[in-house]
Amino acid sequence: MLNSLARLGQVGIGILERLGRGHLLLLGICRGLPDLFPRPGLLTKQIYSVGVLSILIISVSGLFVGMVLGLQGYYILSQFGAEQTLGVMVAASLVRELGPVVAALLFAGRAGSALTAEIGLMKATEQLSGLEMMAVDPIRRVLTPRFFAGFISMPLLAALFSALGIIGGYFVGVGLLGVDDGAFWAQMQAKIDLHEDVFNGAIKSVVFGIVCTWIALFQGFDAIPTSEGVSRATTRTVVHSSLAVLGLDFILTALMFGD
Amino acid sequence: MIHNRTIEILVGAFMAAGLVAFFFLAMQVSNLSSSSNGDGYEVIARFDNIGSLKVRSPVTMAGVRIGRVSNISFDRKTYEAVVTLRVESQYNVLPEDSFAKIFTAGLLGEQYIGLDPGGSEKYLHEGSEISLTQSALVLEEIIGQFLFSKAEEGNKVE
Amino acid sequence: MVESADKQEPLVRIRGLRFSRGSRVIFDGVDIDIPRGKVTAIMGPSGTGKTTLLKLIGGQLRPSAGTIHVDGQDIHRLSNRDLYRLRMRMGMLFQSGALLTDISVFENVAYPLREHTDLTPSMLRKLVLLKLEAVGLRGARDLMPSELSGGMARRVALARAMVLDPMMIMYDEPFTGQDPISMGVLVELIRALNDASRISSIIVSHDVQETAAIADLIYVISNGKVIESGAPDAMMNSSSDWTRQFMQGLADGPVPFHYPAEELAADLLGSSC
Repeated sequence: MLNSLARLGQVGIGILERLGRGHLLLLGICRGLPDLFPRPGLLTKQIYSVGVLSILIISVSGLFVGMVLGLQGYYILSQFGAEQTLGVMVAASLVRELGPVVAALLFAGRAGSALTAEIGLMKATEQLSGLEMMAVDPIRRVLTPRFFAGFISMPLLAALFSALGIIGGYFVGVGLLGVDDGAFWAQMQAKIDLHEDVFNGAIKSVVFGIVCTWIALFQGFDAIPTSEGVSRATTRTVVHSSLAVLGLDFILTALMFGD
Repeated sequence: MIHNRTIEILVGAFMAAGLVAFFFLAMQVSNLSSSSNGDGYEVIARFDNIGSLKVRSPVTMAGVRIGRVSNISFDRKTYEAVVTLRVESQYNVLPEDSFAKIFTAGLLGEQYIGLDPGGSEKYLHEGSEISLTQSALVLEEIIGQFLFSKAEEGNKVE
Repeated sequence: MVESADKQEPLVRIRGLRFSRGSRVIFDGVDIDIPRGKVTAIMGPSGTGKTTLLKLIGGQLRPSAGTIHVDGQDIHRLSNRDLYRLRMRMGMLFQSGALLTDISVFENVAYPLREHTDLTPSMLRKLVLLKLEAVGLRGARDLMPSELSGGMARRVALARAMVLDPMMIMYDEPFTGQDPISMGVLVELIRALNDASRISSIIVSHDVQETAAIADLIYVISNGKVIESGAPDAMMNSSSDWTRQFMQGLADGPVPFHYPAEELAADLLGSSC
């Protein structure tokens, strides 16, 4: 009995310690921001590996999600004779929810896991220690550019996802199923609000970008420096990021749209 | 390893594509031009019953959206609903005796406020009140009245 | 404790060092002096925390007790900025080389210069090529680290460690896993570098022959304590059984060949149930 209580305590303390280390890391990362301005090249390189390399998966998924939404939405809405509002349905679900959330989940799987593996391997091969002994702070030089690359890339990727999704929905709805072109856009424009929908969606994606990149970097930096440790850290990145994104999405949605 | 210049170009293209997507969402999807916020002036109108009118419902004149409902409150003395309308600043020549009605878009659609212009030379301005109003039509009331009149007709025939 | 030949203050002075990882005590009251301009070897069986000692000297780990002075400065009392300034004068050669895998050999060697100096590109190029020449890899400057053999990676890392002209270089197991030729090259290089530029060297190793060939002073540590120290020849013929076993690589001695177990006969008979 006492033993299991003690074990529970250990688990709790372990979690608190990790949280503490994570926040300290975040603080260190943000302190490195001034170092980034004289060297925009570092950031460009990371935006390339975090953002540009994720474009393909994000745009293809966005297009298909939009097409599926168009198809499903059409069948349901046509039962009420409301297929004119297909545009609203596709755009609202993409801009408010699916864009930021699915893009973030894909981002965690594509870029987050790659970040964790990269940082973890740098740790395992003593590259981070090596930097430290060269009097270079690995947090500032290695983690900070990656963090801000994620911070910048995520909203752009989410916007791409939503925009391509809407175009996909347009192709299916207007192109294949014969919804009226004008009604599709007009209803959408009448109902989707710039502040309420588009900006709130963008805020979501910024939050998700910060959280996903942070989790990925922390898991890599905190990984046990063996091949097994790195592989487990990579798995944890994807699991934790996905849970964090979905949980935060609920909280943010409640705050933004809950009145 | 890819050359630095290529990376820079690709990153530039990525950021441009992302910004274009944002622009697309802002202009094409949400119609930026008609969703101005903040500027404009507020007028109030009192209704006996506002039906399911909500904050942010459209305010139209001749079918054109000229503003939104910015606040709804309840007057405890007169038992009326006090609706604040925010009208965009370019529509600043609405006659003072305009008539505000609550309409429903379609059979099941959302409710909105339609303004009919009056003939006054004076215009509505910040804080003025629209005194001529017509409440929302509540579907149940209409059906009730309809059934009631039908029943009366039936009685007469017999 | 061996008195260093010249009376000047030692480069690294370790006093009463204690360090434990979890419940495992790694160092328990270690005193070490590392003289200037000499090659000092720290030897001991695997798992005695030799690499940990280097990380303690480099300020990457904090001891639970004791002090480490490097060039007269208490390394664990320094502010972050001073610690980084001191580290610019310390080179470290990691076991794996620890080259940055996403940039070329040339860029790896140039990295500390780019970080810490404002040299013109042509100066930087000359300096890097000179250092690469010193380790015999000027021709490999455009290769990526993944294209190098283990020995070459270590030589590139050595060029990188000394590109800022440090006062000392720490070598972490420089000879492990090398074929005889690259081992010979490394032995030559370390000695030559030490003598040519009066860099002090600290070698952590368990390769007795190679280390003894170039070291001026050897410390042997085991079980968290310094067992013995002295010049290589003296150590080879040490009066301590333990040291002799380690230095001469005898299979059995104070360190038993067998992992502790019950008697073989009892074990064999007992297992027949």
